[in-house]
Amino acid sequence: MEERDLVCICCPLGCSLKAKIEENGEVHISGNTCKRGEDYGKKETTAPTRIVTTTVRIKGGVLPALSVKTQDGIPKNKVFECIQALQDVEVEAPVHIGDIIFADIAGTGIPVIATKEVEKCME
Amino acid sequence: MTADIVIIGGGPAGLAAAVSAKEAGVDHILILERDKELGGILNQCIHNGFGLHTFHEELTGPEYAARFISKVKELQIPYMLETIVISIGNDKTVTAMNKEKGLFTIKAKAVILAMGCRERARGALNIPGYRPAGIYSAGTAQRYVNMEGRMPGKEVVILGSGDIGLIMARRMTLEGAKVKLVAEIMPYSGGLKRNIVQCLEDYDIPLKLNHTVTGIKGKERVESVTVAKVDENRKPIPGTEEEITCDTLLLSCGLIPENELSKEAGVLLNPVTSGPFVNESLETSEAGIFACGNVLHVHDLVDYVSGEAQTAGEKAAAYVKGLLPASKEETTAVSAESGVRYTVPSKLDITRMDEEQMIRFRVDNIYRNAYIAVYLNEKCIKKIKRPMLAPGEMEQVKLRKADMEQCDGLVKITIKIEQEV
Ligand SMILES: Cc1cc2nc3c(=O)[nH]c(=O)nc-3n(C[C@H](O)[C@H](O)[C@H](O)COP(=O)(O)OP(=O)(O)OC[C@H]3O[C@@H](n4cnc5c(N)ncnc54)[C@H](O)[C@@H]3O)c2cc1C
Ligand code: SF4
Repeated sequence: MEERDLVCICCPLGCSLKAKIEENGEVHISGNTCKRGEDYGKKETTAPTRIVTTTVRIKGGVLPALSVKTQDGIPKNKVFECIQALQDVEVEAPVHIGDIIFADIAGTGIPVIATKEVEKCME
Repeated sequence: MTADIVIIGGGPAGLAAAVSAKEAGVDHILILERDKELGGILNQCIHNGFGLHTFHEELTGPEYAARFISKVKELQIPYMLETIVISIGNDKTVTAMNKEKGLFTIKAKAVILAMGCRERARGALNIPGYRPAGIYSAGTAQRYVNMEGRMPGKEVVILGSGDIGLIMARRMTLEGAKVKLVAEIMPYSGGLKRNIVQCLEDYDIPLKLNHTVTGIKGKERVESVTVAKVDENRKPIPGTEEEITCDTLLLSCGLIPENELSKEAGVLLNPVTSGPFVNESLETSEAGIFACGNVLHVHDLVDYVSGEAQTAGEKAAAYVKGLLPASKEETTAVSAESGVRYTVPSKLDITRMDEEQMIRFRVDNIYRNAYIAVYLNEKCIKKIKRPMLAPGEMEQVKLRKADMEQCDGLVKITIKIEQEV
């Protein structure tokens, strides 16, 4: 059995959680004040995910950076791989919110999409 | 030029105020924004976590702004970009400047202040040593990385654990920098819990509470900083100094409302918030000048900004249409006591009040299992139990007009924190 300490981030109370992971993979959460803490603790110990937000380069807009995000949470251990894969990506204006910038990031099946409207600059 | 309502600032506050004023039936609105685009500070906040309350989804800053920008465009509300307001007269004449028109004035019937805030430089100023390159405010660094696509440095120490500092710790780490430490002079972080977990703990970045930067080394560029522990009076304790090599120091020492313009217009400022004193209609001490968003008091949640701005827009519209009677002299004070640092609004004219009135405030310390108590004169009418209250999170309570009207000779409303007995 393994034990892990977590802090619930679902509300400002920030309960200190204890997660007990059994041999069979079952997770027990204690220290939470409400159900949300239990759900959070289970997800965090079994399959933690994060939405990654970053920028890629853009040509032809007012500014050289375009903000993007993974459409959904990706496994936490894929975050750096995701950033790396986007390092050399360059797109061209115009770009609209929701446009797919990278179809399948770090083998997760999840696309990276634009989070900003960038019109083509007339200069 | 003339306008019914001039809105100064095109951030989330200015945008939401414009939309609600237009929807309340005022047509001659003009938004003035000094930046190249609408959206304000949200354009550089590319992380997610915006709009949980308003849209029930987690948007990034630019996405949240875009919802209001498209509304402004749809309603065909005029705006001017790269236009900076340089003064507001107390007759509500707004003087602005841009490349195309040079200096020009707009005679407005009502003005909405929505200039947002700037970063506090205090805390940075009393660090001894040279001022080499490599010292940035966290917000400036955020603008560099997220909008201009360049990195301020490779090895970073951050002073202050406000939300921008925390967000930048993660951002710089993802972009390949080594964030060695976040030092916080207070015994608690001023940032949201979720940011401490997702920005620091996720990346094993240490947060040292009760610590500050006492020295900076390097002439041309930062070479190292000295970090020391502080005592209860926030004075560095000799012998606890530790030198940390780095090329960049980010300062995240809090935000302060941007009120130079307001002051000139004769608007009275609350020394606690550095924002204007306002009444129930979010009207400042100058009739017809309203305020909302970070210029009024610093918000951590943009949803509250939009809500507040909506009220300011509606009230300014009512003022322009002659539907907002002049505020009476004898208004009821809203008093912030034991544990409550300030309230917005700080006074109420009950005759002008809506059926429900939101009072927003911040507490001065961390309280566990405490009550937010509301008193009308000496009588307690509401007690809300809260497992946790923290200075970093804005609080709110709703007052009902009916309760106010029932109270004979109401002179004072008090909001305070009471501990369990
Ligand atoms: C770094 C950071 C991170 C944040 N993270 C979150 C988060 O995760 N979730 C969340 O909900 N909220 C977050 N917030 C809070 C929220 O974004 C702000 O409270 C909100 O943007 C404030 O809106 P505003 O319109 O009052 O100010 P701003 O967005 O600052 O807009 C003010 C505008 O006024 C313009 N202006 C100022 N002076 C003049 C002048 N003289 N003439 C013309 N124009 C002028 C400025 O250029 C600016 O565009 C964050 C805030 C910051 C700073
Ligand atoms: S367990 Fe419940 S009460 Fe505790 S922090 Fe999480 S959401 Fe808040």
